[in-house]
Amino acid sequence: VFKRFVEIGRVAFISFGPHAGKLVAIVDVIDQNRALVDGPCSGVRRQAMPFKCMQLTDFVLKFPHSARQKCVRLAWEKENINEKWSATRWAKKIEAREKKAKMTDFDRYKVMKAKRMRNRIIKHEMKKLQRMASKKGKKPGKPEKAAKGKKPEKAPKAKKPEKAPAPKAQKAQK
Amino acid sequence: MAGEKAPAEKKPAEKKPGKKKAGEKKPAEQKPSQKAAGDKKKRVKKYHASRNPTLARGIGRYSRSAMYARKALYKRKYTAPETKIEKKKKEMPRATITKPVGGDKNGGSRVVKIRKMPRYYPTEDVPRKLLSHGKKPFCEHKRRLRASITPGTVLILLTGRHRGKRVVFLKQLDTGLLLVTGPLAVNRVPLRRAHQKFVIATSTKVDLTGVKIPKHLTDSYFKKKRLRKPKHQEGEIFDTEKEKYELTEQRKADQKAVDSQILARIKKVPQLRGYLRSTFSLSNGVYPHKLVF
Repeated sequence: VFKRFVEIGRVAFISFGPHAGKLVAIVDVIDQNRALVDGPCSGVRRQAMPFKCMQLTDFVLKFPHSARQKCVRLAWEKENINEKWSATRWAKKIEAREKKAKMTDFDRYKVMKAKRMRNRIIKHEMKKLQRMASKKGKKPGKPEKAAKGKKPEKAPKAKKPEKAPAPKAQKAQK
Repeated sequence: MAGEKAPAEKKPAEKKPGKKKAGEKKPAEQKPSQKAAGDKKKRVKKYHASRNPTLARGIGRYSRSAMYARKALYKRKYTAPETKIEKKKKEMPRATITKPVGGDKNGGSRVVKIRKMPRYYPTEDVPRKLLSHGKKPFCEHKRRLRASITPGTVLILLTGRHRGKRVVFLKQLDTGLLLVTGPLAVNRVPLRRAHQKFVIATSTKVDLTGVKIPKHLTDSYFKKKRLRKPKHQEGEIFDTEKEKYELTEQRKADQKAVDSQILARIKKVPQLRGYLRSTFSLSNGVYPHKLVF
């Protein structure tokens, strides 16, 4: 039922407070509500932090309890937590949300155009397949419908002006 | 008294030659240089010591009339420079003028006063207005411009017949209004004025370096024209007020001149033309205070 546990070395994501958005490693447990926490590679000083503001990630480091910052840092860099974190979907979602909030009016227009173009392509293909299916449906045409399932990979919706060429590339694919 | 007189004497003694010297207070320095130069123009200022010896503090030896004689003030009579008054007196403006008069047996001309007496005196005088401070007329107001609005910024018009349209900002005019253009070929917004308050400034900017805006595009160029002929009666006034706006050749020429420069720059930025063609609108879940423009 529970997969992520509070343990020494668990990397946690701070959701609110002054260090919101940063990763820390749990170094020790103080009492029921607080942990001693350290984030040498993410700019968080060693301090006590309530569990409430921490959200556990999948990463666990190996170091003994109450290890000093140097050891935490070594373990962190050995595991390459920063890179692993930015590769997770969680981090990507956060980044996408931030980008969306920063979109300017022009960006919104570009996204709208890109979405519309993409939807048109999809619809076009769908209609094609439907037509083919309805034609061959009179004949044995069930296998055609299976092809409908494979649709162009839905690229993440986080779009910024740099990504405008990406929907254009999708268009080129089709 | 003696003490009072001593400085009192010096002051008139100083002032009078001082006036001739145009209020100079450095006689000692100028004496040697100016003796040679212009002795007649500027009298060498030699201040005599007090001619009224002090008997006790505040008391002088001689009376006022004795001092008059001692200082030879009967010789020193200064009149204020009268040249201006004399000039004005000479050049009195004409008070009357003779005008020809028509009609038979009328004498041909009349002598008419140029400046006439008032035909009406109000029963109550208008009270003198109190001094006010800092109330400037509109032409002297300080014009401000938001930092987010610079030449080339794309603005969203919020009011007027072009509401919702995205438009390129050119410059701020003297009255503080913003000169703005569609460009016309893109979204049918001509060279027009817009008010700063009723405009959203986006962060999108068109590079307008080297674009020359004709100098004759000022507020008076854009101002609405009103006909005012006092001869009309009440009924006719409503007809003559021009409601229709008529497009002049000059406006077309100016529009072309400005737009040709801007369109070239718009084409360089991908998708900008389409952006300017679109209109801005809000829909569900879109809150202006949360949008980044």
